[in-house]
Amino acid sequence: MWTRIRAILVARNREFYRDRAGLGWNLLMPMLMVLAFAFIFQDEQSDLLKIGVLTPGGTLSVVESPVLDLEHVTFVPVPVADLAAAIVKVERHQLDLLLDPGAAAPRYWVNGDSAKGYLAERLLLAAGSSGIEIGTEPERQTLSGAALRYVDWVLPGVLAMNIMFSSLWGVGWVIVRYRKNGVLRRLKATPLSPWEFLTAQVLSRLLVVLGASLIVYLGAAWLLDVPMRGSYLALALIYVAGSLCLISLGLIIAARLRTEELADGLLNLLSWPMLLLSGVWFSMEGTSALAQWVSQALPLTHLVAAARAVMIDGAGVVEVLPEIGVLLALAVAFLTLATWMFRWE
Amino acid sequence: MTALIEARNLVRLYPGGVRAVDGLSFQVAPGECFGLLGPNGAGKTTTLEMLEGIQTPTSGQVLFKGRPLGRDDRESIGIQFQATALQDFQIVAESLAMFASLYRRRADRDELIRLCHLGDILDRDTRKLSGGQRQRLLLAIALVNDPELVFLDEPTTGLDPQSRRNFWGLIEQVRRRGTTVLITTHYMEEAERLCDRIAIVDQGRILVEGRPEALIRAEFPARLIRLPDSAWPADVPLPPEALVRNGEIELPTDEVAPRLDELERIGADLSALRVATPNLEDLFLKLTGHTLRT
Repeated sequence: MWTRIRAILVARNREFYRDRAGLGWNLLMPMLMVLAFAFIFQDEQSDLLKIGVLTPGGTLSVVESPVLDLEHVTFVPVPVADLAAAIVKVERHQLDLLLDPGAAAPRYWVNGDSAKGYLAERLLLAAGSSGIEIGTEPERQTLSGAALRYVDWVLPGVLAMNIMFSSLWGVGWVIVRYRKNGVLRRLKATPLSPWEFLTAQVLSRLLVVLGASLIVYLGAAWLLDVPMRGSYLALALIYVAGSLCLISLGLIIAARLRTEELADGLLNLLSWPMLLLSGVWFSMEGTSALAQWVSQALPLTHLVAAARAVMIDGAGVVEVLPEIGVLLALAVAFLTLATWMFRWE
Repeated sequence: MTALIEARNLVRLYPGGVRAVDGLSFQVAPGECFGLLGPNGAGKTTTLEMLEGIQTPTSGQVLFKGRPLGRDDRESIGIQFQATALQDFQIVAESLAMFASLYRRRADRDELIRLCHLGDILDRDTRKLSGGQRQRLLLAIALVNDPELVFLDEPTTGLDPQSRRNFWGLIEQVRRRGTTVLITTHYMEEAERLCDRIAIVDQGRILVEGRPEALIRAEFPARLIRLPDSAWPADVPLPPEALVRNGEIELPTDEVAPRLDELERIGADLSALRVATPNLEDLFLKLTGHTLRT
């Protein structure tokens, strides 16, 4: 039995790594994803406010004002000649505030409709009255307490999404293709059982999915400096269980279909609700009870939640055991159903 | 003698009520080469797939060594399908090894490679094989478990005449090892050369079954004299046994010489005359009224 499983596993792996274009894509895709994230989120630490400062000479260094010591504010020098153009920028929210620190009568322009303008104004007034103690205001503490970056929060979701797509399409598509071109028919004539064939497909895909996830994780850890506060073992177990679960789900789709088009449609039908309702991109907190109930029924939800618990909240194996259990139970159920439904032709 | 494999009243209905196979029965003895002949769509492949256990008969039974065909019998059976896709990105040696690992019983690898002339192409990507090379690999895969019975479904369709002849040589060697062969074909020459017994199938039924020579002898006299339409003198009526087709007159005859004398006497033009030995093609035409390769 294991000889047969191994034979199919080896053949499928060969097919995968010798398909240079496909292999390149499978490795390139996650790397591109990491790079895209690095690109999107590199501005995360950019300054919160932009204040124009009217300067006679065109450089800020000649201006003396305690306001200029504020951190996380970009100060844009504005030559006196450009005052009118700068005022238009304030009107259009391109500058949050425009300051003329002229020694005799300081004045400023602010847009009453701009929330950032409001904040900039409060800062300016506070700085004017109490010097450079702005940096220790209580509000700033609150800000840094909530300083979980979106990228840190979303990365476990993106990893899970990547696993989902790779798992569902990786087995679904391949098996439907085998069925269409007659590979399955040939195998049917051998002593190979459906169970053995499907197990080999699952194992082969599991290797691919885990490999790709490792690349994305390492890339993200390196480029984006994402936190990892919990147990690596727990994270590995979660990804193995989650991948098994999603691959088995793909096998159900592949169990009988003959055309790639229909398989594609059904795989989309499965994956999009998970993408939207599993908390990959945004938290499900505060959504309707129905949405939350549906969310809990989706395997991706458990995968994402468990990975976040480990990476962000520092959970260990024991804390995420319930999620791992749910994923493994679903995997067994899906695999059983897929084997039962499976037809060679 | 117990048959190695036996078809009993096999019926296969396809959706829409098409009776692809309509009550087929025959037996194949151990060591025999049995051929199913018929035009495309006669039900040959469907019959074969029921015998292989790939398709389930709507009714009827398949017996292997006297017992209903079961899953375990796959170990003793080899199959060469009409069209088979192999897994991509594998070389010949790897394909062979993969299929060998699926069986408990295995043929000797080197002997198999020698038998099927695969020595020179072991390292070749299976997608880059010529038609003949591909059929040799598929035959090797069918023999990889050293089967007692091998099914060949139109193994030489699409091959050039040279490759076809080479392939027949291979099958004769396989037979010499004692392997029982069940082959479908629509090449009469192939059946005459390879098969001990044949069954001519049309529209899901067996029309006749037996040894090729015996079947021909039963239906035809020893020779057929053929001459063009225009060679026959206009004022002489055709004899009742004459058959006219494709602008040719065919006269079945047991004794050639007296018949030729007679033709000369009535003034027929004998310059384009041919004398032929009746073959399976003629038999098929006579039985079904249409030619095989349609």
